[in-house]
Parts: sequence; C-alpha cells; structure tokens
Amino acid sequence: MEPGIDNETGRSRAGVSEEIAIRIEAMNKWYGSYHALRDINLSVKSGERIVVAGPSGSGKSTMIRCINRLEEHQSGRIFVDGIELSSDLKNIDKVRSEVGMVFQHFNLFPHLTILENCTLAPIWVRQTPRNEAIQTAMHFLEKVKIPEQAHKYPGQLSGGQQQRVAIARSLCMKPKIMLFDEPTSALDPEMIKEVLDTMVELAEEGMTMLCVTHEMAFAQAVANRVIFMDQGQIVEENNPHDFFNNPQSGRTRLFLSQILRH
Amino acid sequence: MIDGNPAFVRGELLPAREPPAGEKGLLKLCRENFFRDWLSALLTVASLIAVLLIVHSLSPWLFNAVWNARSLNECREILNGAEGACFAVIRDRWAQLLFGFYPPTQYWRPVLAFGLMLAALAPILFPSVPRRFLLFSTVFPGLGYWLIWGGSLWLPLTAYIGLAVGGIAMRLTARLGGGIAAGLAFISALTWWLVASGPVTTALAQLLPLALATVTSREMGGFLLSIVIGVTGISLSLPLGIVLALGRRSTMPLVMMLSVVFIEFIRGVPLITLLFTASLLLNSFLPPGTNFDLILRVIIMVTLFATAYMAEVIRGGLAALPQGQHEAAEALGLDYWKAQRLVIMPQALKISIPGIVNSFIGLFKDTTLVVFIGLLDPIALSNSIRATTDWQGIYWELFIFIGGLFFLLCFGMSRYSMHLERRLKTDHR
Ligand SMILES: Nc1ncnc2c1ncn2[C@@H]1O[C@H](COP(=O)(O)OP(=O)(O)OP(=O)(O)O)[C@@H](O)[C@H]1O
Ligand SMILES: [Mg+2]
Repeated sequence: MEPGIDNETGRSRAGVSEEIAIRIEAMNKWYGSYHALRDINLSVKSGERIVVAGPSGSGKSTMIRCINRLEEHQSGRIFVDGIELSSDLKNIDKVRSEVGMVFQHFNLFPHLTILENCTLAPIWVRQTPRNEAIQTAMHFLEKVKIPEQAHKYPGQLSGGQQQRVAIARSLCMKPKIMLFDEPTSALDPEMIKEVLDTMVELAEEGMTMLCVTHEMAFAQAVANRVIFMDQGQIVEENNPHDFFNNPQSGRTRLFLSQILRH
Repeated sequence: MIDGNPAFVRGELLPAREPPAGEKGLLKLCRENFFRDWLSALLTVASLIAVLLIVHSLSPWLFNAVWNARSLNECREILNGAEGACFAVIRDRWAQLLFGFYPPTQYWRPVLAFGLMLAALAPILFPSVPRRFLLFSTVFPGLGYWLIWGGSLWLPLTAYIGLAVGGIAMRLTARLGGGIAAGLAFISALTWWLVASGPVTTALAQLLPLALATVTSREMGGFLLSIVIGVTGISLSLPLGIVLALGRRSTMPLVMMLSVVFIEFIRGVPLITLLFTASLLLNSFLPPGTNFDLILRVIIMVTLFATAYMAEVIRGGLAALPQGQHEAAEALGLDYWKAQRLVIMPQALKISIPGIVNSFIGLFKDTTLVVFIGLLDPIALSNSIRATTDWQGIYWELFIFIGGLFFLLCFGMSRYSMHLERRLKTDHR
C-alpha cells in the first residue's frame, strides 16, 4: 500500500495531519425541551474535509453552528484548535477568529463595499494595519476571481459573486477551519458551479473544512469523510466512496435514493 | 421548430430609437400628472380654483403690509381702513422673539454660539468635511454653554477635565473587562465633578479670571430658548436612545427590564406632566439650598422624553435587520460592541432615519410647551408682546413669524434626512 493514499478511497490524504482541529465529545443541545443534538461525537483532523448531509431539520446547521458558538450546547465538550468552548467570552472570541463561516444567505454587510466587508474583521479584530488588510483582501478577492468588484456594494453583485465574496471575507481572517452551511442552496444552478469551484480550490490547498451541503458530486470529489445525520444524531460516518456505494443504515439509503433521484 | 427550421430568426438587432412626439417633455408631464383622466382633470381644475381663491383673499393683506410703525394703531392709521398686515411688530420686536430678555449688549454671544454650532455640526452632518474638525464638535458643547450662560470659563473646562479623568481611568482599568472599566471610569469622573471641580474652578478663577457676564436662565427666551432645549435634547436623545434600545434587546434580564420600565413609563406620561415635575417636584428631591437651573431641569425632562421615543424608533430599525447580520459579525470574531458599532447600528440607524428625524422635529416643536411652566418660549413672548399697549390685539403677524422660523428649521431637518437617505442608499434594490 502506498503511503499517503487512503486505503479505501485511493484519495490523497496529503495535508491531513494527525493534529486534531475539532473535537466534539458527547455533545447535546436542546431548544427548550426539544432535543436538537443527541450525543454528538466527532473529531476532525487538521486538513480534513468533511461533508455533513442529512434531511431537513436533522440538526446539521445546529451542529456546525455549535462549533463557533453561534449556538450554545448544554452538555458535552467542544474543543476547537485546542481551545474549549465554554461560557468564557475570551475563548469564544479566540475560536471565532480562527474559524471562518459561510452562510446559506451570504450575510454580507450591505452598507459596506466588498473591500470594506473583507477588511472589517482583520482591522477591528486582528488589529491589522489598514494597508495590509487591503492587500490581503485584494489577494483573496483575486483568488475568488472578483477583484474588479472590490468597490461595489453587495447589492450590486449576483448571488454567486456574493457568496464568493463571503468566502473571501472569511479567508481574510486567515482561519484555520472553514465552516460552510449550505453555501450553494440559495443560488441559481449556473452560479453553483462557480462557488463549488472556489471551494474545491480551497480544499486542494489543505484547508480544514466542514461543509453542510446537498452537492453530492462535491462530496465525492473532495471529502475525506461524509457524515450523515438524522433526528439530531450522527447516523452514519464513512469515506465518500463507501458512503455512496455501500450505505449501511436504512435511513441513509432512503436519503440517498431521495436526493439522487433529483 | 421540430424539423429543425426555427420559426423566426432575427437577422439584424434593432437600434434604439427616439420616443414618439408627445411622449416626452412638458406636454407629457402635464398629461400624466394633471389630466390623466376625467377625475384627475376635475381635481386639477378644482385645486387651481382653490389656490387662486386663497391667493386672491390673502394678497391684499400681504401686499398692503405695513413694515414701519411703532404701534398697531399707527399701522391702522397708515392703512386708513384698508386691509393689510402689520409686520411692523416683527421689525419692532424681532430681537425679543429671538432672544427673550437676554441683555441686548450681549446679543453677540448667542449669535456667535449659533454660528459655532453650525460649524460644529458640519463635520457630523457632512462626511466631506475633514474628520479633524470633529475635535471642534466635541469642544463646542462646553464653549456654547459658556457663551450663552457666561460665568467663568474654568467651569466648562473643569467639566471636560472630568471627562478626561474618566477616559484615563477607563484606559488604566481596561484589563479588568469592559463593564468594570466603564463603571470605574464613571465613578472617577463623578468624583471629580462632585468633589474636585468646584475648588479647582475657584482656584483657577482666582489665578486667571476668564469670565463673561453671567446671564440667568430667567432672562433667556424666544428662539434662543427653543434652540438650546431642542438642540441639547436632540443631540443627547440619539445616543441615549441607542443605548436604551440595545438595553431593551439585551439578553441580561435586569438590563432589559430596567429599559422596558423606563421606556414604558416615560412614554405613558404626557410631556407636560414631566415639565411640571421638572418645575415643581424636582427641587424637592434635591438637597435644600441647591439651586438647580430651571432650563437645565427642563432639558433633562425633554431629553428623557425624547430618549424613550428614540429608543423605540431605533428598536424598530434593529428588529428589521436580519439575524444573519448579527451572526456574520459574530462569526468574524467581532465582539458585541464592535458588532453593534460597525455592522448593526449603521444599518439600523439608516433604516430608522425617517423615524428619528420625525422624533427630532416633534421634540423641537414640543419645546414650545415650556410656556406652561413659565419659561419664555416664542409663544409666551408673543403673548407678552400682545400685552403691551402698543401691540394690543395683534395675532397673525407674530404667529406667521414664529411659525415661519419653526418651519424653516424643521424643513431643514427634513431635507437633510432625505439627503442622508439618498447618500446612504447602498442596497441598490
Ligand atoms: N432557534 C431555534 N429554536 C427552536 N428550534 C430550533 C431552532 N433552530 C433550529 N431548531 C430546530 O432544531 C432542529 C434542527 O435544525 P437545523 O437548522 O439544525 O436543521 P438542518 O439539518 O440544518 O436543516 P436544513 O437542512 O433544513 O437546514 C429542527 O427541528 C429545528 O426546528
Ligand atoms: Mg440548515
């Protein structure tokens, strides 16, 4: 067996180190009396790309939002880059500046230009000098292929362009981990590809990524692992090849047959 | 199409052409706006007739107006039975309407303060003014206060030193966390104002007596009074309203409850009762012997009143923002205050501009209510002018002048807010 090649998928594991980026231990979350996340255990290595799939309402968003504390968990422990998420505000801010997040609805700041969107957090959180922040921002805007839009406002861009700006905005903080919550589901089909291309490129550079997505082709192309959730729990976890070709649980098979029929 | 022959293919793209005659220019404007159909034509004609009738009946009164006379009787003699306004009263008493019983030799002081106020507002209202002039905007409140009330220059200066003391305390204790640092800063500033500033002012005044003749609140009146109360109320109610709106949305139950109680209480009480409280009750809460300036008390009450309304207006703006904006700001690592200042408030305030300006205008006009507690606002002065033998029985001319000035200031605010909305329009929807 060749070293560095995943024994089952044959996918290159280059960039995946033994270092743990995220560790979730027996995490539970309730909304009022509704048990939204049940005994989640997950550990993500640095450089790993994980795709989270599952039916609507299964708790995918809730889980990844717990990782940067947009949602609070009630029991269990979450470590991000070695820092435990507790009610300690300092830790939360530290984690948030290391973890980038891309939302379904972009959530760009409409009152700021694209460039200002990208420099806001580096300047105010990282205390980066303005010129340097602008340079970094232009670098990442070039990377997502829209440097010429830098001085426009988000409202003047197409959905796909806005989502790429949102990715660039997160990257400007030089995060160690990127979270994606259905980044393409609010987009028209012809724009989905441009966003996915950006994400694939990011994956190839070895970014640690956790993506909630229904783009199964993307999962097959870049994921090291696919996690299937249902009713607030992790039901199945496997490499993409086996996940799609040989699903173990009945729920997974049902889900796959539903989305692949489309 | 099925057999592969398209039904239609355009060989050449059509160039843009001029619209047909009658589709542009004045003619189109008139037709679309005034004579679209029978009803609109009828309304246009009816309104035209109404306007003409009003102008016809008012014009002799306006055009025969007498500008030069020393009393209403003299006006009547000049008019000799004809219909006509007697604007001579404005010419005779304008200074009183503007300044009340402010000593005439000192008129330059409020005038200078007004001019400086415009200069201080410029960098706040217009971003094209260089940012360094904002420094003057922070100095102006003390300077304006000193110019209008007079007294020792050291008084406002030591008040500013109190702010500096608070600022330094905040710097030094910043490590202890935002809330504690802010509390300590507040306490040290308060200590300075209550304990140290008095003796320091006296000492400095003995060393170098820089003072203007004192003018008491009793002597102030007219538009000077309206503007002092209005402008102070406006400029304090906006920041306080922001804090209160945030308090009402706070996740801390105590902060939230205090904000709700304050807002609901103040909103539930007519302004006039608050003003009476200011004039009668407030003094009995204070230690005996303290003479708490009546105008200051009124300013406090008017500010509290406006703050409660402002908080609700801004809360409306905050509620209109999608949750995603908060989340995106948090996910980028911005803390609560930075997120509010850089992401949330700029948008919430922009949404609330019409409501905010509405409150401003309401507040400014409400300053005339101080007439009921014996302060000499323009309305009160018009009454006292009418009480003199010279101008007994004159109404319209005074009200037109007062109304005109109020209109000018309120219309100015309204136009500025429209300009601001246009300038801040970035959503391109
Ligand atoms: N703020 C909230 N308050 C109460 N219940 C909530 C809240 N947010 C989510 N839930 C519930 O928690 C469950 C999981 O929601 P979540 O948004 O994580 O699902 P999801 O897997 O992301 O679904 P989708 O694919 O539709 O985005 C759902 O049943 C939802 O109704
Ligand atoms: Mg979701």
